[in-house]
Amino acid sequence: MTTYAFLGALEQGCAYGLMVLGVYLTFRVLDFPDLTVDGSLPMGAAVSAVAITNGVDPFVALFIAMGGGFIAGAVTGFLNTKLKILHLLASILTMIALYSINIRIMGRPNMTLLGQDTVLTPLLNLGLTPSVAAPVLFSGFCILVVILLIWFLHTEFGLAMLATGDNRQMITSQGVNTDFMIIFGVGLSNALVALSGALIAQNQGAADVNMGVGTIVAGLASVIIGETLVGCRTITRALIAAFIGSILYRLAIAFALSAKLGAFRVTPSDLNLITAILVVAALTAPKLKQRWAR
Amino acid sequence: MMLSLTEIVKYFHRGSVNEVLALNGASLEVKRGDFVSIIGSNGAGKSTLLNCVAGCFAPDSGSIVVKGTDVTSWPEYKRAAYLSRVFQDPLRGTCASGTIEQNLAMASRRGKRNTLAMGVKKREREEFREQLATLKLGLEDRLKDRAGLLSGGQRQALTMLMATMVRPDILLLDEHTAALDPKTSAQILELTDQIIHEQHLTAMMVTHNMQHALELGNRLVMMHQGQIILDVEGDEKKKLQVQDLMERFYAVRGETYSDDRALLV
Ligand SMILES: Nc1ncnc2c1ncn2[C@@H]1O[C@H](COP(=O)(O)OP(=O)(O)OP(=O)(O)O)[C@@H](O)[C@H]1O
Ligand SMILES: [Mg+2]
Repeated sequence: MTTYAFLGALEQGCAYGLMVLGVYLTFRVLDFPDLTVDGSLPMGAAVSAVAITNGVDPFVALFIAMGGGFIAGAVTGFLNTKLKILHLLASILTMIALYSINIRIMGRPNMTLLGQDTVLTPLLNLGLTPSVAAPVLFSGFCILVVILLIWFLHTEFGLAMLATGDNRQMITSQGVNTDFMIIFGVGLSNALVALSGALIAQNQGAADVNMGVGTIVAGLASVIIGETLVGCRTITRALIAAFIGSILYRLAIAFALSAKLGAFRVTPSDLNLITAILVVAALTAPKLKQRWAR
Repeated sequence: MMLSLTEIVKYFHRGSVNEVLALNGASLEVKRGDFVSIIGSNGAGKSTLLNCVAGCFAPDSGSIVVKGTDVTSWPEYKRAAYLSRVFQDPLRGTCASGTIEQNLAMASRRGKRNTLAMGVKKREREEFREQLATLKLGLEDRLKDRAGLLSGGQRQALTMLMATMVRPDILLLDEHTAALDPKTSAQILELTDQIIHEQHLTAMMVTHNMQHALELGNRLVMMHQGQIILDVEGDEKKKLQVQDLMERFYAVRGETYSDDRALLV
């Protein structure tokens, strides 16, 4: 792997790191498999791209993107809790709807940000090269969000959210409205995913309605890689693991793309298959281990 | 009156072939400080009655009034301000992935708004330790252990403590010792009796063990086919014997009582 590919993977790992933290929130904390992310990632990209081309400050554009993501997630939560639609199906419905909405937001399936100021501009003005500026800024975002989430999940409110995912009966009998917790939690998760999408769009200079395909699988793979290699004994550790898992996942992908087996080369279009197999393996490994242990 | 249940009717799967009439016009008035034991055969509607009080589902008709407030249409989480519960399954009352202190912290805020303050506060830890010490299970030294590591009996004792940390107006116990071995069951029952007496709680306890039903509580209620068919209290209850209950029970079932049956099933 070249240094260039390595830095590229690091940059991607950090940019997608926020998405992975979002997936961790739904998948692990709330026990809510949420496919909304495939739509809320491009939504974040689209919202921030449109905002920036309309003269909004790139940093402010990030907040608007998060707002959009929050609403998308909250809709999924609403469909599940209030309209009693199965969580997976509810999130697929929102995801599909977001495809149309994202094209409406941009007015077309994709748009470029070439020549526009982005969140990277201040760093580039300091003389940093793009391949350094992006990992630095994005890892800064991730570390900040990891710290905020560690704090949040240790508050009274955060504890109630953890309990909602663990034992809904118990926390309901303590007087917590779990419907609200789920709507808010899935919203928060998708706000992070949209933030991730906004950063990616600003970094690559374009937003595309199809850029979200496979987001959930990549997110799950990252979460699982992190848990396996870093551990998840405490919430603090699990959150750090999710972030590191995101970087390791992108490194693994970059490695796979650079590998050659005789005349066979992995192409970027193979990645979804590889990732899916990886997730299946990781999800079943603990069960197989148990069976062998007996 | 602490709790008034009036003509509660509850169907499950109404209108389908599986239709069950779980509560058929059950009425009950529970006074402040009453400790009511509830007995009855499987499927008599005991759990359904408690679930209706707790708000797991709304009754098809009838009303539930707690301390003068009609809560019939209140969701379960809102009623938590008035009542707390201990379930038959020890796994249901605690959050397995949370630590003992986190579970206690959540219970110490039952019915209150959750804020962004720290979930477990330093000054609370000392209180938690003291309260856990009263259980005499050594849990006071294990505040940071996950609740999932505890045995069924320990978890049930913890749940008992959690249910009464914030004094509930009504304590609901649904066969809360049935999943435990006889010795642990007796310990938890003693703890239950002790807490209810010390705090002068109003409680409703479902049990299949008639001895327990006779020993504990100032009042005994028997249910059958969704109705309350016996309700005795005070001195009359004190005089009651297992045999009386048996005879009474088999009479409504149209069977004769034979001595070797010790449980109501
Ligand atoms: N959630 C439910 N869905 C469908 N039917 C139910 C449900 N809960 C209870 N029932 C039915 O309602 C009737 C009363 O059940 P309930 O659980 O209240 O009995 P119980 O007196 O608690 O019995 P047990 O002693 O076995 O716990 C039963 O016929 C039961 O099958
Ligand atoms: Mg029952």
